[in-house]
Formats: sequence, C-alpha cells, structure tokens
Amino acid sequence: MDLTPHLPALQVVAPLLAAPLVVLLKPRGLAWAGASAVAGLAFCIALAMARAVSAGAVLRYDMGGWSAPYGIELAVGPFSALLLLIITGAGLVAIIAARTSVNRQIDAARQPLFYSAWLLALAGLAGIAVAADAFNIFVFMEISSLASYVLIAGGPDRRALPAVFKYLIMGTLGATFYLIGVGMIYMMTGTLNLADMEARIGEVAHTNPVLVAAGFITIGLALKAAVFPLHVWLPNAYTHAPHMVTVFLAACGTKVAVYVLIRFDFFVFQANLPGHELQSTFFLLPLAVLGILVASAVAMFEGHLKRRLATSSVAQIGYIILGASFATEAGLLASGTHLFNHALAKGGLFLAVACLACHYRDLRIDQLAGAARSMPFTSAAFVVCGLSLIGVPGTAGFISKWLLISAALEQGDFAWVLVAIVLVSSLMAVVYIWRVVETLYFRPAVAQPSSPGEAPLSLLLVTWLVALANIGFGLAPQFPLTLSSAAAQLLLGHTL
Amino acid sequence: MTLLELLGYFNYWVFAIVLSVGLYTVIAKVNLVKKLIGLSLFQSAVFLMYITMDKVEGGTAPIFQQGVENPVFSNPLPQVLILTAIVVGVSTLALGLAIVVRIRECYGTIEEHEILDAD
Repeated sequence: MDLTPHLPALQVVAPLLAAPLVVLLKPRGLAWAGASAVAGLAFCIALAMARAVSAGAVLRYDMGGWSAPYGIELAVGPFSALLLLIITGAGLVAIIAARTSVNRQIDAARQPLFYSAWLLALAGLAGIAVAADAFNIFVFMEISSLASYVLIAGGPDRRALPAVFKYLIMGTLGATFYLIGVGMIYMMTGTLNLADMEARIGEVAHTNPVLVAAGFITIGLALKAAVFPLHVWLPNAYTHAPHMVTVFLAACGTKVAVYVLIRFDFFVFQANLPGHELQSTFFLLPLAVLGILVASAVAMFEGHLKRRLATSSVAQIGYIILGASFATEAGLLASGTHLFNHALAKGGLFLAVACLACHYRDLRIDQLAGAARSMPFTSAAFVVCGLSLIGVPGTAGFISKWLLISAALEQGDFAWVLVAIVLVSSLMAVVYIWRVVETLYFRPAVAQPSSPGEAPLSLLLVTWLVALANIGFGLAPQFPLTLSSAAAQLLLGHTL
Repeated sequence: MTLLELLGYFNYWVFAIVLSVGLYTVIAKVNLVKKLIGLSLFQSAVFLMYITMDKVEGGTAPIFQQGVENPVFSNPLPQVLILTAIVVGVSTLALGLAIVVRIRECYGTIEEHEILDAD
C-alpha cells in the first residue's frame, strides 16, 4: 500500500495517536523510547514531504474524502514543508537529547505524562503547518499551546508556574482574538478554507468587517508569536521551563504563529484588501525594528543565561517579521531562511545551556565563570552556535542576515536605515554572546561544578550535531534556500 | 442609523460588552482565579458572536421533515465550530485552575503581587 498521498494526515495523526499510548509505558525509559520513535517517524514524514514539495508540487489531502471547500483540507506547500522540518527536527533532536536532562528534572512517575504532552505539542504544531483552513489552525494552535503550558510547568522550578500562568492568559487572549477575526471573515464570506476565503473576499462589498478581522487576526497571532511589544510572556516562560522544553519550544514554538501570520497576510488579504500591503508594512515594520533594537539591548544586560537567550529570541522574531513586512520576494526569502537558521542557532545554544545545567545549578552568567575548563566541548558548541546567531560568515546565521540586508537594500530611500539597524543589532548580538563566551573561557571560576567533567555523552553528541549543522547549512545552504524561495514565490505570485 | 437599527444589533452589543468586561477583568484583577473568570467571560463572548451569526430569521434545525415545504434552516456550521471552541475553553480553564492550585501549593497565595514579591 502506498502511503505517500496520506503523508499530510499521518504527520499529525501519528504523534496524536501515540500521545495517549505513551502514558501507558510505565517502565523506566520506555516512554522516552516510544516518544523518540514517534518523533523520528514524524521527522521522516516531514523529510519525505519536503522532498516531494521541493520538486514543485503542493500536497493536498481531503480529510474523510470530503473535498474542499466543504470538507477539511490539508495542504503542504514549500512554506509549510520548511516549517514542518523545523518543528519535527526540533522535536526529534530535543527528545533524543532529553533523556538525562529529563531524568534529573522530572519525577520518574510523571515522565510518561511529560512525553505524552511532548507528542501532543508536536502534533499540534505540525497540525498548524498542514491545516488549510482557518478554524483547524485555531484548534491545533490550542492543542499545541495547552501541551506546551504543561511542558513548561512540568519542571522543578516553582517560578515556572507564574510564568506559565501569564503565558496561558496571553496565549488564550491571542487565540481568542484570532477566533474573533476568523468568525468575522466567515460572516462575510461564508467559508473557512483559506484558498476559498481568498477567492471570496474579493467579492465582499463591505470590507470594513474584513479589515477589523485582519486587525484581530494580526494582533492575536502577534501575541502568540511574541512580536514586540506583545512578548512579555516569553522570557520568563523560556527561562524557567525544563531545559529540554526550552530547546524544543525556542526552536519552533513562536515561529508557527509567525507562519500563520505571514500566510494570512499574503495568502488571504494581500490581493483583496485595498492598501493591505501598505497597512501591514506600516504596522509590522516599526514593531519589527523596535523589537530588534529593544530586545537586543535588553539581552545585553540580562544576567541569567537562559533569559538572555530568550530575550534574544524576541529580536530574532523581529528579523523574521522585518523580512516579511517588505512584501518582496527577497524579503520573504530572508524570512523563510531565517526561520530555519534561527531554529538551528537558538536550538543549539539552548542545548549547550542544557549541557551546562548538568553541572551548574545556577545559570546566572557570572556563576558560570571558567566553565570551559571542565566542559570544553560544551563551551565550543556554544561558541559555534553563538557565531551562527550573530551571523558570522561560514555559519547558517550569515546566510539569512545577508539575505535580509540584500532585501533591505531594495527598499528605496530608507534602505540604509534598515541596513544600519540590522548591523547595529548584529553588533549587539556580538556583545551579548561574547560576554558569555568570555565568562566561560577567561574568567576565574566562581562556583564549583557539582561534579567535574563533561555533560552526558548523548546530550553532548546531539549538541555537536546541531552545532555542525549550523556550519553545514552555512557552507551549503541550498536545501532551506530552495524551499524558502519556492515559498516566497508561492506567497507573492500565486493566483487562483 | 436609527435607534431601532442600533437595537437590532442587540446580540453584537452584548458580545462587545461582555468581551470588554472579560478583557478588563483579566488585566485589572490581581487575584489569579478572578483573572481566569475574566478569561472565561472573554471566551464566552466569542461563543455568542458565533451563535448569533448563524441565526436565520424563522430558521429551524437543519433536519429534513416530511410535509414541510421550503424549510428555512439556521446555519449549523458555526454551532459545530463553537462546540469545539467551548471544549477548548473548558480545557484552558481547567488547566489554568490546575496551575493556580500548584501556585497556591508552592507560594501559599494566589495574589499576583504577593507571588512577584516572593521570588
């Protein structure tokens, strides 16, 4: 039996069905093995779809055989394939590395539940990427959010609880705003399928409700995506979450909301609302620029390593939004590539943090002084991923910064301002990364590690795998570039 | 727009008011349970919006019956959608309350400012 046409459905169904089964795997380690196997399967499915899509096809799947627009449609294009790779890749890498870290942080009795929530988050995030209708995106968004609240609050740190409560409140507000927007569009067009919606919005005589809907959807998704200044839930939630959960969510959690935002802007509204391009540019561009500058500046002065990296994530989301707000092919190409490259860089950095956390209880930066002497490999991986985050040539981060600057140069009179902003914020990234590196390598030790030596081998290997991927995709970036340039063309040029 | 036309949008007025009351409660209250009550109100307002838009004047449940010519049906789709959204809302509320219980266990309080002071 050929399963290829069913891949978009299996992408979601496999982790969703496995999640309740993993709860039953009580014996030690079995839940981890089961969940890892399913995450691996999900990654293989995403890889297979990415290969099929990069050849130029869009995979469509009608759930239950009911054809769109009446039935529920799943669609995987180049953009969603890229996102699926990020989601499943992050889920797989983090869960493989997770075993020792999770054994330390979470009671053995609760581990099956933890891994089950992990798979639910994976299924929800993947569901957002494959869903082709607005309401299913909402449902999957809530599945993934509820699961990530559980994951973040699952650790031993009590400060995670108020942080996750704030995340729950703001996340639910965001999702409900999105739901209001979708309701208003349904009121005016009578459809939920995104492609059908695009075709019908043009026929709507009174565009005011659609404009209001666009506002609700943009704000709701910006809350979920932690776009500055709606990011206040993010730093605490990422800082106090269990280390491996931070790896997983920092790599893909907010990016999914950015993806839905871009998809709505370009797929549904762009050609149909008068002046939408300018409106989204004038709304998103200032927020992106402010986010880049303010979050980078704040990150320079954060004393806690995880919070510093989490704050930097807000700035990186700013880069992605900045590229998209140009509404040009070059800008979207930069956005798509940065989605991928930032997931690599930030995932690698948080993996290195998880390694450090094996021996250092306190992750404030001054407490980590001299850690490179006992943990040379971890520190070196941190340096490699840090260089990628800064955007040094030869790393993945350089590719997307380069693309972003080239896209900014096309922006006419204000080009030099935008380029200056990207360069200044990269310099700030140099500062906030290099101060960590300096502390790790050149400061006399302050706190004694709980035991000398390196992090557990499994964790270290995965960390280095990601670090090498940062270099690999910096030297040979064809694969993400092919997908994101196909995505950019599809987003801008598609006509129905 | 005359007064009658404005009153004709009664359900939408209620939607807007309940939505705002909910949002205000979430932002203004420091007690975490009260915040969740506000969140619940906020979501309920959206349920009302969906239910309102599917109403067709004189419409009934979309079931074909013998002996009824040219029946007028209300749109069932928003009701189905909102059934799903209600389930999502209930799960969010349950999870939120569970987190509040954990916060009470760890901090001994559910007032936001006291929790901030504790760390």
